[in-house]
Amino acid sequence: MNLSLGQFQDAFVEALYQRPAPALASLTEQAAFAVYRNTVLCGCVEALRANFPSVETLVGTGWMHDATRAYAQQTPPDDARLIRYGAGFPAFVQALQASQDVPYLADVARLDWYWCEVFSAHQEPYLTLSDLAGMTATDLERGHLAPRSCVRWQWFDAHPAYSLWRVSREGLPWSADHPWVAEGALLSGDSDGVSHQPLQIGACAFLDACAAGQPLQVASQIAQQTQPDLDFSDLLGRLLQAKAFRPLTFA
Amino acid sequence: MNRSNPLGAGLGLKAEHYDQALACDAEGLWYEVHPENYMVGGPRLAWLERMAERHALSLHGVALSLAADAEPDAGHLRRLRALIERVRPVLVSEHLAWSTWRGQYHPDLLPFPRSDEALKRISENILRTQEALGRSIALENPSHYLHLDGHDWDEIGFLTELARRTGCTLLLDVNNVHVSAHNLGFDAAGYLDRFPAQAISEVHLAGYSQDDQAALLIDSHDAAIAEPVWALYRHLIARIGPRPTLIERDGNLPAFSELLAERAIAQATLASAGALS
Repeated sequence: MNLSLGQFQDAFVEALYQRPAPALASLTEQAAFAVYRNTVLCGCVEALRANFPSVETLVGTGWMHDATRAYAQQTPPDDARLIRYGAGFPAFVQALQASQDVPYLADVARLDWYWCEVFSAHQEPYLTLSDLAGMTATDLERGHLAPRSCVRWQWFDAHPAYSLWRVSREGLPWSADHPWVAEGALLSGDSDGVSHQPLQIGACAFLDACAAGQPLQVASQIAQQTQPDLDFSDLLGRLLQAKAFRPLTFA
Repeated sequence: MNRSNPLGAGLGLKAEHYDQALACDAEGLWYEVHPENYMVGGPRLAWLERMAERHALSLHGVALSLAADAEPDAGHLRRLRALIERVRPVLVSEHLAWSTWRGQYHPDLLPFPRSDEALKRISENILRTQEALGRSIALENPSHYLHLDGHDWDEIGFLTELARRTGCTLLLDVNNVHVSAHNLGFDAAGYLDRFPAQAISEVHLAGYSQDDQAALLIDSHDAAIAEPVWALYRHLIARIGPRPTLIERDGNLPAFSELLAERAIAQATLASAGALS
C-alpha cells in the first residue's frame, strides 16, 4: 500500500460502503474490516431509529431495519450531531411506502423529523400576550409575527396524520371510531421539551403567511379566507401560549 | 458539590441516570459526555448545564476527525467552543482517528497508517483545534482490529511526538490497549509500561465483547470491565500514580448503583496509589 493519507481515506470510505477499493484489498480481505462496516452502518441505523420512533411503531422492527440500512448506505450523515440525521428519510419512506399498505407513513415520518428539529433548536426570545398590551389596532395590523425556529407546523389533507403520529409516538391504541379526516399539527420546543397540538387548516395558512413575511393583518385575512369559521382570537391565544412567535416587529 | 474537588473516578453520563447522577455526591466523582450530543439547543443542553452547576464534566469528542487529511470543520469547532464556554469542562479530549471525510460523517473511529505525512497533518489539526478552543486537549489511543501496512511510527512513538509538537496531553484507554493487543497480537502490559507517564491526563476503562466469528475483541462498551483490564489498570496506576479515570458504558446499561459499584473499585485503586490532585 503506497497511498497518501487522503487517497487512503478516499479508498477506505469506498470500502466501508461495499464499493470497489482495490488499493485496500489487503485490508478488506481481513475479516476485521467488517467491524468498521458494521459499526458505521449500525451507528447510522440506530440514529435513524431514534429519530423516527413513530415510523418504527407503525411498520415494525424488520421493515424499519431494512429501510434505515438502505437509507444509510445511500445517504450517510453530513453532521456528527446525529439528531440532525434523516432530513431526507421522510421522502425516502414516501418512495418506499407504495409497497406497503401505509399511505400515511411519510407524513408520520415528517412529524418525527419536525420533532427532532424542534427538540434540538436553539431558543429565541418569544412574544407573550403581555407584550401586546397597550398596542393599538393599527400597530397590530402593521406588525409582523415571525414564527420561531423551534416551531414547526403542517396541514395534512389526506389523513389524520397528527393523530396517527401521536398515538404511534406515545404507544397509544388507535381508536376504530377516530374520524378519518385531514389534520394539521403544531410542534414547539423549549428547554423543557417538545409540546404539540392539532391545528386547523386556517391556522396552518396563518402560520405559512407569517413565515412568508406577511403583515399580521394580511396573514389573518388569509387565515379567515382559508377557513371562514376560524376563531382567530382563540388561535392567536393558543399560538402565543405555544411560544410560536418571535417578538413583534414592524415594517 | 463536586466541581472543585480533585478528580477521582468518573462515569460516562447517560440520560437514563440523570436524576441519580445529579444527586450523587461520591468523593472524586465526575462525568463525561460526548459533546456532539449537546451541540444543539433545547432540553439536552439545559440538562447538561444543570449537571455542570453541580459536577465536574469532561467533554470527550468523537467527531473532530483529527486524523483526516483535512482541517477540522470550522463549524464543529465553533460549536464545541460555545459548549465549552457554557459548561466549563475540566477535561476536553478527542481520538487519534478520523470519522468525517469530504462532508460525510461515518460514525466510527477509523484507522489510518501512522506515516510522517499523517503526523504532520494531525499535529496541525491539533494545534488548530487547541487555538480554536483556547485550551489544550487530550488525545486517546484507539482500538485496533486491522493489520495495517504503511506505518512509519509505532503508536506510542506517534502519540508521544504529537504531544511534544502540540502540547496536547494523552488519554490512555486501557480497554483499547487490551482489545488491540488481543486483536493484533502484542503485549498489553509492555505497551502500558512504555506509555509516557508524564503525558497522561486521563485514563479510560470499559467493557468489551467478543466476535467469535473473527476471533476479535470489540471495544463495545456494553459490559462490565473485564478482570484482565482491571489487572492492567492496577499495573498502570502502580507505575504512574493516580490519574482521573473514566468508566465508559454505552450499551446494556445497568442500574446506576451498579456503575457506582464498579466506579468504587477504580476509586479505591486511585486512593491506594496516593493523593489525587
